[in-house]
Amino acid sequence: MNLRKYLKVYKKFLHTSLASELEYKTNILIDLITAILSLIGSIFLLSIFFQNNGYIGGWKFEQALIIQGIYTILNGITNTWFNPNLTEIVKHIREGTLDFVLLKPIDSQFFISLKKINPSGFLEIMLGFFLLLFCIRINQINLNLSFLTLSLITISCSICILYSLWFFISTTTIWFVKTWNAIEVLRSFLYIGRFPLNSFSFSLRIFFSVFIPIAFITTIPSEVFLGLSQLWKILLEVIVATIFLITSRRFWLFALRFYSSASS
Amino acid sequence: MVQNIIDVRNLSKSFDISSKEPGLKGTIKHFFRRQTKSLKVIKDISFEIKEGEIVGFLGANGAGKTTILKMLCGLIYPSEGSILVSGYIPFRRKENFLKNITLIMGQKQQLIWDLPPIESFYLNASIYDLDKFEAKKRINKLSEMLEIDEELFIPVRKLSLGQRMKSELLAALIHEPNVLFLDEPTLGLDINAQRNLRKFLQKYNKETNATICLTSHYMKDITSLCKRVICVHEGTISYDGKLDLLLKKLSPFKEILIVCRSEEDAFKLENSGFNVKNKIKNEITIKIENNSITSSLKTILNNFDIEDLFINEPPIDEIIGRVLIKKNHDI
Repeated sequence: MNLRKYLKVYKKFLHTSLASELEYKTNILIDLITAILSLIGSIFLLSIFFQNNGYIGGWKFEQALIIQGIYTILNGITNTWFNPNLTEIVKHIREGTLDFVLLKPIDSQFFISLKKINPSGFLEIMLGFFLLLFCIRINQINLNLSFLTLSLITISCSICILYSLWFFISTTTIWFVKTWNAIEVLRSFLYIGRFPLNSFSFSLRIFFSVFIPIAFITTIPSEVFLGLSQLWKILLEVIVATIFLITSRRFWLFALRFYSSASS
Repeated sequence: MVQNIIDVRNLSKSFDISSKEPGLKGTIKHFFRRQTKSLKVIKDISFEIKEGEIVGFLGANGAGKTTILKMLCGLIYPSEGSILVSGYIPFRRKENFLKNITLIMGQKQQLIWDLPPIESFYLNASIYDLDKFEAKKRINKLSEMLEIDEELFIPVRKLSLGQRMKSELLAALIHEPNVLFLDEPTLGLDINAQRNLRKFLQKYNKETNATICLTSHYMKDITSLCKRVICVHEGTISYDGKLDLLLKKLSPFKEILIVCRSEEDAFKLENSGFNVKNKIKNEITIKIENNSITSSLKTILNNFDIEDLFINEPPIDEIIGRVLIKKNHDI
């Protein structure tokens, strides 16, 4: 793979999608306001849960805010990259415009996963980041190299798991043509990621760890923040993320053999 | 000797198609127990195309033309048989193969809708690993050939269909491919835009010696661009050869309208042994075989008092229309 070429193409992707989005100023403004209101609403909801009880699943409100911060960053990444690109796969397949992607001398997964960006998602990423900085202060977390490295690793793994899950569902469009509902279900499950895993019953905890690993996505990075995470959990997240990433890639290449292109 | 750039051997393609009975009962049945059957849309076809050739694929809707084109450019995996394009197996979609070909579809677009076409051109240039200087040179050259200038800087959504198609062509040709696959490129365009597009394709083929495979329902596209046609009927090739030979074969007669000086002359001509189609007063229409036109006309001019005559070519759409519903042994 020619890294220089891919960087050059990605620079062009950034440029063209930013320019496309900026054509519609009002839409961007509404997206930005929605992002701020959504974060305020989520924190308000969380504070209601903690109003009568200081702890939920062994987590204090200040600690649960970390999960909210990580969720906001991940949601920002979802809105910036996954939502505009991965939902487009369904359109590409239904309308047959995937033909143009497949006939370009560039990796098709790279093209369809990164072609577009939604700049308003950046605000969510920044808001989440500031919320995390605030949490570091109120929880008196000691910033050191191992903390930063582990946080970066676990958040990166969370992004990989989320991307792979979404990409996997979108790929099934090649057979099922319409998969909007499955993506909506995934998004609904992601909302669950705003709460500590321990606040759910045992069976739900197993479901969200094994079948749809939402638990890995927010809880493990939050535990790293609080110094509560055990090494095996971090290793497990790395292994799960690697398996998901490789499987989604192989699944895409396999699915392309069945792509029949839309009729003209 | 001109080399074969496309080589197709015993190619077949089957699709699994699901069918549904009408009504609510049929819908429920279709939801729970979908009945699928394998449909062979391309049946054991073989052909070669030489470098620099322009070949038209003719066929009725659903005959299999687009499926052939999509297998040739590597989008669809063949069920049986082999294909070689520029020495590559298309479905493997190797980088060097993809740099050699392009697909243009009249009904689908790759340009970024909200931005001027120039942005899409530079994006494509980066995908084909062209530097900015080279990309600019090629954009200038192609835009001159296509006669577009200001349109390059207007958002695609505000361009007319004709301007958009020209921009689509530029985006698809920026990497200077050797093999062009065009699927109904003039679809929906007005007469002038169609003519300009054909003029461009002729010029491009002449200047670059690129091979062009074209499907179109506009006969003018086929007659002005393609010397050779491949007729596809229900997934099989019913004719593969020169277009003029096909026309001669299918229409061995010409109609000649003769205006005689008097009705008496017209009466004499009517009874002189020619194949008369109709007669109105002193005007008489006769059918003459292509290979005896000169001698027949000589006889008529020498023996009858003729005021005027017109030779009518049979309408090409009508002839081709007949080809589209014919099987191999009928042609």
